[in-house]
Amino acid sequence: PEPSSAAGWASVIRRISLEVRFGAARSTDFEVHRNWLAITHSLPVSRWYYENTSEWTLDYPPLFAWFELGLSQVARRFDANMLQVENLNYASPATVLFQRLSVIVTDVVFIYAARECCRCVREPKGSRDVLSRPSFVLAVLLLWNFGLLVVDHIHFQYNGFLFGFLLLSVAKHLQSQHLQGALLFAFLLNLKHIYLYVAPAYGVYLLRSYCFAQDNKDGSVRWSSFSPLRLLALGAIVTSVCALSFGPFIAMGQLPQVLSRLFPFKRGLCHAYWAPNIWALYNVLDKSLAVLGVRLKLLEEAELPPASMTGGLVQEFEHSVLPSVTPAVTLVCTLLSILPAVASIWLRPHGAQGFLRCLLLCALGCFMFGWHVHEKAILIAILPLSILAVESREDAGIFLILTTTGHYSLFPLLFTPAELPIKVVLMLMFTIFSFTALRKLHSAQGSLLHPLEVIYLLGLVAVAIACEVVFPLSPWQQRLPFLPLLVTSVYCAMGVCYAFLRLYASLLLRREEKPKQL
Amino acid sequence: MQTWSLVSICVLLAIIARWGVSLNSYSGAGKPPMFGDYEAQRHWQEVTYNLPIQEWYFNTTNNDLNYWGLDYPPLTAYHSWICAYIAKTINPEWVELHKSRGYESTQHKLFMRMTVLVADLLIYIPAVVLYCLYLTDGSSKKKVSIMFCFLLYPGLILIDYGHFQYNGVSLGFALWGILALGLGWDVLGSMAFSLALNYKQMELYHALPFFCYLLGKCIKTGLIGRGLFLLVRIGVTVLATFALCWLPFLAEPSQAMQVVRRIFPVARGLFEDKVANTWCSLNTLIKIKSILSGDSQLYLSLACTLLAVLPSCIRLLTKPTFWHFKLALVSVFGIQHWAVFKPTGLKCNEICYACPFLVFVCSMLPLFLKDGLLVPYIVTSLGFLFFSIYLLSALDHCSEDKLRLGAYNKLFYCLFIPWGNHFLHFYISIAAMVGLSIATAVLIPPPHLPDLFPVLVSTTAFLHFLGTFIHFNVVQFSEPPSRKSQKKSN
Repeated sequence: PEPSSAAGWASVIRRISLEVRFGAARSTDFEVHRNWLAITHSLPVSRWYYENTSEWTLDYPPLFAWFELGLSQVARRFDANMLQVENLNYASPATVLFQRLSVIVTDVVFIYAARECCRCVREPKGSRDVLSRPSFVLAVLLLWNFGLLVVDHIHFQYNGFLFGFLLLSVAKHLQSQHLQGALLFAFLLNLKHIYLYVAPAYGVYLLRSYCFAQDNKDGSVRWSSFSPLRLLALGAIVTSVCALSFGPFIAMGQLPQVLSRLFPFKRGLCHAYWAPNIWALYNVLDKSLAVLGVRLKLLEEAELPPASMTGGLVQEFEHSVLPSVTPAVTLVCTLLSILPAVASIWLRPHGAQGFLRCLLLCALGCFMFGWHVHEKAILIAILPLSILAVESREDAGIFLILTTTGHYSLFPLLFTPAELPIKVVLMLMFTIFSFTALRKLHSAQGSLLHPLEVIYLLGLVAVAIACEVVFPLSPWQQRLPFLPLLVTSVYCAMGVCYAFLRLYASLLLRREEKPKQL
Repeated sequence: MQTWSLVSICVLLAIIARWGVSLNSYSGAGKPPMFGDYEAQRHWQEVTYNLPIQEWYFNTTNNDLNYWGLDYPPLTAYHSWICAYIAKTINPEWVELHKSRGYESTQHKLFMRMTVLVADLLIYIPAVVLYCLYLTDGSSKKKVSIMFCFLLYPGLILIDYGHFQYNGVSLGFALWGILALGLGWDVLGSMAFSLALNYKQMELYHALPFFCYLLGKCIKTGLIGRGLFLLVRIGVTVLATFALCWLPFLAEPSQAMQVVRRIFPVARGLFEDKVANTWCSLNTLIKIKSILSGDSQLYLSLACTLLAVLPSCIRLLTKPTFWHFKLALVSVFGIQHWAVFKPTGLKCNEICYACPFLVFVCSMLPLFLKDGLLVPYIVTSLGFLFFSIYLLSALDHCSEDKLRLGAYNKLFYCLFIPWGNHFLHFYISIAAMVGLSIATAVLIPPPHLPDLFPVLVSTTAFLHFLGTFIHFNVVQFSEPPSRKSQKKSN
């Protein structure tokens, strides 16, 4: 439809201009990808996952490495020097230009995916002006998503490209083309394994709603309708994609090495900047208990490990008062957190909509309880939630909370003074748009947010001012340099937890709806 | 969606565009000994903060007028003083007398860019928003589209945030003046415009339409009674504003004279740097500079300027409506290219007009290339072109009748080939612009014609100016359209 294509073109211009004006070569991710271009181009396949000249070793699945190999063929025309593995931190203008162009071009996938998602949205009856149509609002929410713009175009990653695959796969499922959806997800998983977060949703949904072709009247599974053909088709798709990706490495017996690169559990519980999840709250609780304990003379200060968690380095550490958390514990917590959601779509499937909700809950659950989670992972939950937000009032409310806190938690990614106006203005733009557009869409059904929620969100403004303006000018800047990061993490963690619980409530309490037939 | 949210989103987008261009290079970056306009502004902060007022415009041991001496009216000097005061609290090295010459650092650049952005936010952007919301016609969506295109005009963004100047302040004040006149608040309008004049003397180009409009209005209301009263009030306001701005310099006549001498440096020639005006283009045919002496050049240019604006001003005197006032303002712009920015908004409601404005931006390409601003130039121009084509042509279809191209076409039928479809004209102009831009940026001119491309660009731009100038004069002398919103014509 015409308005979404306009939004698409406008967003292309926006992306290009953002890249061009703000794209900074000094982002570490830039060097990471340059290094991978060099590795895949200059070295034989057998050395890809062993190479460690640079600290940024290849830690994405092999399909992404093949993708980088393809890119490197084009890179050769721009500046062959970037493809030397030894040229660490090489950032000639041609290199920067090529990398930035590659992100813009691969974003085409994302724009196409957004268009497909817009086509899945139900248009209400009656004429509305362009700006109030759900498909237009969704197009803008997706294409002008603050988080994606900041992470991809200012910070540098290929998330647009990857999220394009995710959204396209979701769109295909919403349009009942499950094989295509499965294929796209298989590709996605082999491009970046963080999407394992949502794999359980896919697995259970496809098994339950696709392999069992029909349900009983009350919604429970009809065992007799199991279709082995469909299962076989799915299996074939998944295995062939994995073979394409991992094949050469399995043949060379390098699978353990590849897996160890993909899942580096030696990194700490939290990233240098704590993602706003449960463990951030856990860490703060631990710290405050420790401080309290010392004050009340219950603990000896000498017994406590030095302040390594807030030291900003990625390393293993121990909690002082509360029990330490190991990877196994986080895995168990994560599985427990997504179990109800997954069980729900097995027992009472609600069609593709229920699948989407379960996907969101898996993403959020893994974000909340996962090991070494990056704050950027919140985007895996925010982007698909946009689709639900334009259709239901309750989801719109959850979306506003999750988006605002999630996007704000990305602020520490851009820390130079030159970027402060950009992130503030972009965030304001997106927030104003999402609030006013969604409110207009659902105006007939009452207000979107509870007053307490509004107060919480306004509190974000106070936190922002405190961290960006007040803190740098205050005397604590020297002694506690990570205080603003900590405050941001903790405050956003509360919002994210709240959104998680509300999403769960909306899934589990939907039993009264009639389950849809596939 | 509600208008206020659309307006705020557009303003935020405009801010992003501005800040984006800010992060690029500025004029004279890393080019000792003189550097460029950026260093000039920094130097003025240094001078105004450290020296007493009496020495600002004089050549003293502490103030070398040959190194970017102050040559704008006092309001600029006061503005520099305020910026210097803030600069001193952040980092005194930025404005240390003598020692800070040629000071360049990322922090300082951020500070300077911030001052431009703050000035824009306080003065220019509110004027644009209010003007578009209250003085343009159409649905609220159309108003917001016009405002958006107005705010995105590449010329102002690239000059103010790239090359580095404070045109937003003077244009903002002038726009406040126009806004006030449009709402019928003549006294406030004249005060605002006086402030604009006291910021940059180039606003004199717009002074004549202001003068003629206000005078005409006073005459129309009756020279005895209310008209005279209005005239007196306006006169007193203008004089008072000038007096306030020039107060420190009025103590001694020599002070005031020196300031005037600095503001109007008649020693400069007719054109600098191949600007896109009449004289440069004429110079390709007749070497004016060698024929006439300096003084004669000056009188010739003055005479021609007055002659050029005379028709529209006389018309304005006889028919002082706001519509004619706007047209007169636009007619005046053919003379100096900086003063071009304001008409953009006035006539932005028709897509065809976006074309000449883009041509003006193109005419400044040689300057942008010198400053290293090629990429922002491309991106902002493309963005402006895209948004104006998408937003404005979708909302408003130019009809020949609306543009009163009938008379225009008849005129040109005698002189040139008939243009036919005016959209064709639009696309030809865009193509010419693109071609010239690429040529200027990429190709190397033949050795015996080193300035081939800048001159070509200037000449093309001049032809566009001429065409638009004639067009607006023609329009002004035909009847105003019978529109619903004639309520503003008082």
